[in-house]
Order: sequence, then C-alpha cells, then structure tokens
Amino acid sequence: MSIRVYDLAHARAGDKGNTSNISVTAYSDEGWAVIQRELTPERVLAHFRHLTPGPVRRYELPQLRALNFVIENALGGGVTRSLAIDPHGKSLSALMLTIALPGHNQAGASG
Amino acid sequence: MARDKIRIGCGAGFSDDRIPPGVEIVERGELDYLAMECLAERTIARETLDRAKDPTKGYTPVLLERMEAIMPPALKRGIKMVTNMGAANPMGAARVLRKHAPGWGCPDYTCAVVQGDEVTDLMRAHPELTLMEDGAPLESLLPKMASANAYLGADVVAQGFATGADLVITGRVADPALFLGPMLHAFGWSYDDYQKLANGTLVGHLLECSGQLTGGCFADPGKKEVEDLAGLGYPLADVWADGRIEISKTPGSGGRLDVATCTEQLLYEMHDPSAYITPDCVLDASGVTFRQTEKDRVVPSGARGKPRTPTLKVVVGYFDGYMGSGEMGFAGINAVARAKLGIEVVKERLRRRGLTYEEMRIDLIGMNSLHGNDAEQAPEPYEVRLRIAARTTDKKAAEAVGAEVRSLHMQGPTGAGGGINFGARQILAVKSVLIPREWVKPEIVMEHAA
Repeated sequence: MSIRVYDLAHARAGDKGNTSNISVTAYSDEGWAVIQRELTPERVLAHFRHLTPGPVRRYELPQLRALNFVIENALGGGVTRSLAIDPHGKSLSALMLTIALPGHNQAGASG
Repeated sequence: MARDKIRIGCGAGFSDDRIPPGVEIVERGELDYLAMECLAERTIARETLDRAKDPTKGYTPVLLERMEAIMPPALKRGIKMVTNMGAANPMGAARVLRKHAPGWGCPDYTCAVVQGDEVTDLMRAHPELTLMEDGAPLESLLPKMASANAYLGADVVAQGFATGADLVITGRVADPALFLGPMLHAFGWSYDDYQKLANGTLVGHLLECSGQLTGGCFADPGKKEVEDLAGLGYPLADVWADGRIEISKTPGSGGRLDVATCTEQLLYEMHDPSAYITPDCVLDASGVTFRQTEKDRVVPSGARGKPRTPTLKVVVGYFDGYMGSGEMGFAGINAVARAKLGIEVVKERLRRRGLTYEEMRIDLIGMNSLHGNDAEQAPEPYEVRLRIAARTTDKKAAEAVGAEVRSLHMQGPTGAGGGINFGARQILAVKSVLIPREWVKPEIVMEHAA
C-alpha cells in the first residue's frame, strides 16, 4: 500500500538561479510523521532525476510540520536562459506531490 | 520620530502585479507605509538597456499606471511609500512622476531617490572576482555585460524617509529591506539590533510577494479552498517598536491568511532556513512559528538574527545569445502522432538549412511540458500542442525556429492549427558576485533638488 505526498501535505516551489526549492508541509501530525520518515532527499532526487542530477538537500522545520527541499540544477540552466515553458519551475510543487510513499500502516508497522 | 507601532502594507509583489488590490489596501488598510516590490532579478538588465537608448527611461514600465492609481489615495491619507520601480533609473522615475502627478491631483509631495546600486564600473575594475554560480572569473562575462547592481539594504531606505520624503524611490534594494527600512526609520532601531532586524526582515520576506501570503498560489479545489480568490487582498503587518509583529490583510478582501499560507510563503525561495542572507542581517527562520489569533490574523515568532555579512551581492546581467520558439496545436484522432511528425519536420527543415543550436527543447504541451516527464508514459490527450524552443548565438537561426513552426499551418501534417508564440528574443541572463560592502557608496538625492 502506498500513499501520495498529495494526500498528506501541500507544497510550494520557488526559484533562485538554477536551483528550485520546494517546501512540503503536512496537514497533520500523522502526515508529518510519514513525510519526515519517508520523503527522503534520495526519494525526491529519484523522482526529479529526469530533470537534474542533483544534489538535493533537505531541511526540517518540525514546529511547522514542514520540509524544505533544495534541488540544484533543476531549472534548465536557470530562469533567465532556460528554454522551458515554466522556467521558474513554479509547477514543480505539483510534481513533488505525485511522489508515492509507503502508507501509514506499512510505515507504522516497519517503523 | 519615535513611535510605538506602525502598519506597513504591500502594494505590489512583482512588476506587473495587479493594481486594484494595491488601491484597496491603501483605501482600507489604515496604513502608515506602503511598500511596492517590482524588480525581478533580471528585470533591471532590460531597464538598463532601455536607459541606454533613452536616458529618461530605464524605470519600471508600469510605473505611471501603478502610481496614478496608488499615489492620490495614499498621499490623501498620509501614507508614506517606498518602491524599487526606479529600476535602472530611479531619478528618471522620480522626474517622470513629478511631471504627471499634478495631473492626478498630487501637486505637493516630496520624493527621495536612492542611488548607487549600479556598479558596472566596479565590475570592470575587478575582473578577478569569482562568479558564485560556477566559480568562473567575472572577466568572462564582462564583454557581454548589460548591467550590474548591488543589493542595497534597509539602511538606505530609512535614510530616504529621514529626509521627510513622502515617497522613496530606489533601484536595486533587497526585497525585504523595502519593508524593514520604514521600521528602522519610524522606531529608530539600531542597525546592530539583530533581533529586531530579524523580525523586520521576516515581515518583509513574508509580505514581499503580495498575494502569495494571502491565498495566492495556494488553492486546490476540493483540497485547499480559498474564499473569494478573485478578490484576493494584499497583506499588511503591524509592527511594534519592541519588535513584535502581527500579519493581517486588507479588511473585507478575499483570500485567506493562516498558518498554512504563512508556512508556504516563509519557505518560498528560501534555501537553508537558518541562514537567509540579506544585506541587513542573516535571518535564522528555522525556529519560526505562526499562531492564528483570529480570522486572517497571524502572529509570527521565533525569528533570530545573526550579524550581516561583510559582503553585498551583485547581480550581473549579460547577453547570452538568442532564443527562438514556436507552438502549433493538433486535436482529435491521431493528434499526438501528427504533433510528433510536425516536430520531426521542423527539425529536419532547420537541419537542411544548415542551422545549428546550442540547445533545443521539444515539448508536447498537454503531456510533458511542465514536469519534463516521459511523454510515452503520459495518457494521450484529445488535443496537444507541440512546442520547439532553441538557443543560439545567431539571431537569424533563432528566428527560423518560429518561422518553421508557423509554416506547419500549410506545409505540415494535416489539421495543424492555433499556432502561437513565434519569434526570437535576445536572452538576458544573470550571474552573481560578492563584493566588500564598503565598495558601494549609496546616496540619497532629493528629486526636486536634482
């Protein structure tokens, strides 16, 4: 059984140069426990691998139930020279939310 | 001028931001100050080129339209304004406003101009500086340089208001500093009181993108609802002399302001939350919390301030060749196959013309254009739009991309329709360097005295 990040959290993407940063904020404490454990930088990089070789850094803000992912080299050379239709990567928050994670029960049982 | 509390509103969060919510916050926000942030990273390069063609230009093009709507109600209420719409020519902005403002019923106001962010001469004098993005020497960009501007801090904004000005016009100033500047001025905060600088910088960071704090960039029907998104109001902050802050928005406006919207905006364009570097301080936002006190009212706390760095960031704009593009639509039976044939035809025609490109990007809009996913795995849509974009140093080669896509209307697969976005543009790219802050000598000049 798996659960989508979309079901647990909301996200927003920002840009600086060729780096995208995407915050992921859980709706509940239960959701926070899952994303904190399962939404690892490795998992995020695997999901964004077609856009960037990485690296991906993850920052935790537990008091806000939020993770901040900094994804380097993800914006086609940077906002100003990218050929992409969305050079800022504004829509990449929605890509983050499509990641599938091991679900509550499975994660709870194994963790 | 020592005060106990001020209220600062955001009147714009990017150059072409919506004007009506800016007027609403002026009319209904009971503001003391209004900050309008209108200068994206590369915008100033374009304005620098405008100024080179016409020395009276180089300010943000929407300046007059925005100020015609904002200035009369703001001055009537005694609201002081600050904006970076001066872009590459703050004095030019001040002068053109003075020419038009009397016609808007604003004959009497004082305007201070912040100058000195432009550092192209410094860049030429220091080719040895290292680019932050790739470690290459600045020298490599100098022949292609279009602009260079240092991010100034809140101290110069405060100095602008210290002249008694109703309006402070700047060029490149760090976005949060447009909000921190009025606080420094109104409360007489020490520029070394890092706790207060941190709180003020946090306010600026949260407010600077206008509606992104108040329900913009947030709604997801059935999941995350935003009340009256169409009537989205802009945010404002109450700030006390002791550094306490409270965030709200235009009374009676649409949108939503709560812990969720604040959390998203806190992390917007932030990398390490414990080290958000501005010219004024290093904000440690890693322990920030938000408490909702009533509907659309939130108290942030937990910001910490660390000393500012000895350097200022300079953004260097430079010419980076040309980009050409074009789009063409297909719908109905076999639409995707026809779009793919169109792509192959355009690529082959460009090849037979002997045109080459540094980089070419192919999108099937409706299938993979935003997330760069594998189109073969995407469900086949009823209609799809091909898009071809390419970068080259040759302007004619760039123009050929759009022209070949356009010709698919008549010489491509059957049923090619709705072609758009044909054309080529010069690419203005940006890179950054750090310079010792003492190299930069900002100054405040009164517009009437110039």
